[in-house]
Amino acid sequence: MSVFFANLPEYAAMILFGIGLSNLMLAKNLVKKIIGLNIMDTSVYLFLAAKGYVENSVAPIVSASDLGHIEHTLYTNPVPAGLVLTGIVVSVSVTAVLLSLIVRLNEEFHTLDIDEIIHILRKRDREDLK
Amino acid sequence: MSLVQNVPAFSILLLMLCGIVCLVLPRRAARHLADCAIALVAAASVALLVYFLQGGAAYTYSMGEIGAPFGNELRAGMLEAAVATLFSIVTLLSLMGGRAHLRSDIGRLKVNLYYISTLFLLCSMLALVYTNDIFTAYVFVEINTITACGIVMSKEDGYTLAASMRYFIMSLIGSGLFLISICILYAVTGHLLMSNIQEAVAQLYAQGEYRAPLQVAIALMGVGLSLKSALWPFSSWLPDAHSSASASSSAMLSGLVLKSFIFLMIKIFYRVIGAGIVRTHAVLDLLLVFGILGMVMGSVNALFERDIKRLLAYSSVGQIGYIFCGVGLGTPAGVAAAMVQVAVHATTKAMLFCAAGGLMDASGGSKKFRDIEGAGRRDPYAGVAFIVGTLSMIGIPFFGGFITKLSLVQAAVTVGGWRNLLSILAIIVSTILTAIYYINVLAIIFRAPETAPTKASEKLKEEWKKQVRLDTEYEVAIVLFILLNLAIGLRSDQLMQIITTGLSMFG
Repeated sequence: MSVFFANLPEYAAMILFGIGLSNLMLAKNLVKKIIGLNIMDTSVYLFLAAKGYVENSVAPIVSASDLGHIEHTLYTNPVPAGLVLTGIVVSVSVTAVLLSLIVRLNEEFHTLDIDEIIHILRKRDREDLK
Repeated sequence: MSLVQNVPAFSILLLMLCGIVCLVLPRRAARHLADCAIALVAAASVALLVYFLQGGAAYTYSMGEIGAPFGNELRAGMLEAAVATLFSIVTLLSLMGGRAHLRSDIGRLKVNLYYISTLFLLCSMLALVYTNDIFTAYVFVEINTITACGIVMSKEDGYTLAASMRYFIMSLIGSGLFLISICILYAVTGHLLMSNIQEAVAQLYAQGEYRAPLQVAIALMGVGLSLKSALWPFSSWLPDAHSSASASSSAMLSGLVLKSFIFLMIKIFYRVIGAGIVRTHAVLDLLLVFGILGMVMGSVNALFERDIKRLLAYSSVGQIGYIFCGVGLGTPAGVAAAMVQVAVHATTKAMLFCAAGGLMDASGGSKKFRDIEGAGRRDPYAGVAFIVGTLSMIGIPFFGGFITKLSLVQAAVTVGGWRNLLSILAIIVSTILTAIYYINVLAIIFRAPETAPTKASEKLKEEWKKQVRLDTEYEVAIVLFILLNLAIGLRSDQLMQIITTGLSMFG
């Protein structure tokens, strides 16, 4: 049980990742797919942030006035924070592109359902063949 | 440190800078800038390749002041230089070969955006080839996804929009799995640079610690990257995306983008995890089995296709199977065969997609078999390109495909058991199927129309003649593609030597 509580953020991250991934794959509505994608990305950031956290530590910033007498010896790991920031930038840009693509799809087909869009396209194909 | 060692960083930064500058330039200038930048990168990569051929050793290149283990690094060896040369040359030729289609497929206002996407796409592929930092690889994987979907959706008809949506979603699932696998590796080893991770992983393995997380990381990495490089069961998005896009986009996507992820996968297996550990993992067997299934299933699907570009796309699924078969064999000879197939398929399939664009032009823009009848006679350049492509895909001696199949069989013979038998059987079956459907295509495009030429077809011919006179760029590109294919087939011993030396520098 103690192992479970020690790794609580990781468990939460993995459950969220599963929720996000299944939403991204199974949801029919395109906007819901994007929400799933964002849940998935956020779970990874939670995982990374949990990996970088050190108990009873402070932010890894040393100002010039501190240099003589550093009181804290424990710092959180700054690398995962950097990775999370980069990841957020990536996921924001991907989300933006996807949402604009969805707007165009909606203009073209008047629906947000991916199955229906494919159905419409098949119908068009069949009419082309005739 | 010699000047030529700056080439990796130089090519990536130059392409990125030119991509940004393209946004504010007039259309014509943007086009010329893109061409010049890609040509310059190709020349620089050739210079780097020559440096390695003259005995230069593989080196790491520190990006910025902070060195390992915290800073960001590039790493270059002979294999990387060769792959970068291949990628930049094929990108340039694909752009040239499909230029006429870019004019008609993409709105005038969006031409600049197309060139930006292309430059960033090449930039991300080169970064995937050169980078020594696993998180940088993730960032460029995402840039690659966005730009690859960008060049598909730039055509903006219903088909490309839906196809790029599916492509996007599959790619994002792939990169999500890739990302979580990187996070697990970071959590277990505490490093992001590939060489440091490898040391840490080797140490952990020797001590028997963290077996399960490492296994999970390798599995997720394999699934994520094979989603993105369209290994067979995950390839459902490929035919739509590759067949509906504009000619240059199809050529680049089918020829290069898939390969950049395969190269990344090879790199991660051999340089991050370590060859010894990967060979004990089931992931290679799975790649082999699915690669073999892909070889057969891609060809079977192509057999029933009545649309020239979809046929080429399904053929790509089959040909990607060959690469995975080579990787899955797990021996150095197998990986070398996979790399040969990367080079052969990149040049052949890009040429075939450009030529398919020419056939479509000669048949009033349709890509259906019944409309392209006799198109090879109307556009002899595309016709000859299809002959060369067919010979290479089937594996006739003196063409690239023969070298792939030869080296793959040689690699398969040395491994024992079911792997040996299964892969050789699959190569035979797939070769026969490939021959059937490509020869069928040749028969169709060289068939004389049965009916006497009608008024409409005469008019089409006249129109097409007018159009073709303006398009010397396409002809030059096709001729260069054909020469490139012949060069790969005829100078295969040099290619093989570059690849084997490159692989020995790799690990």
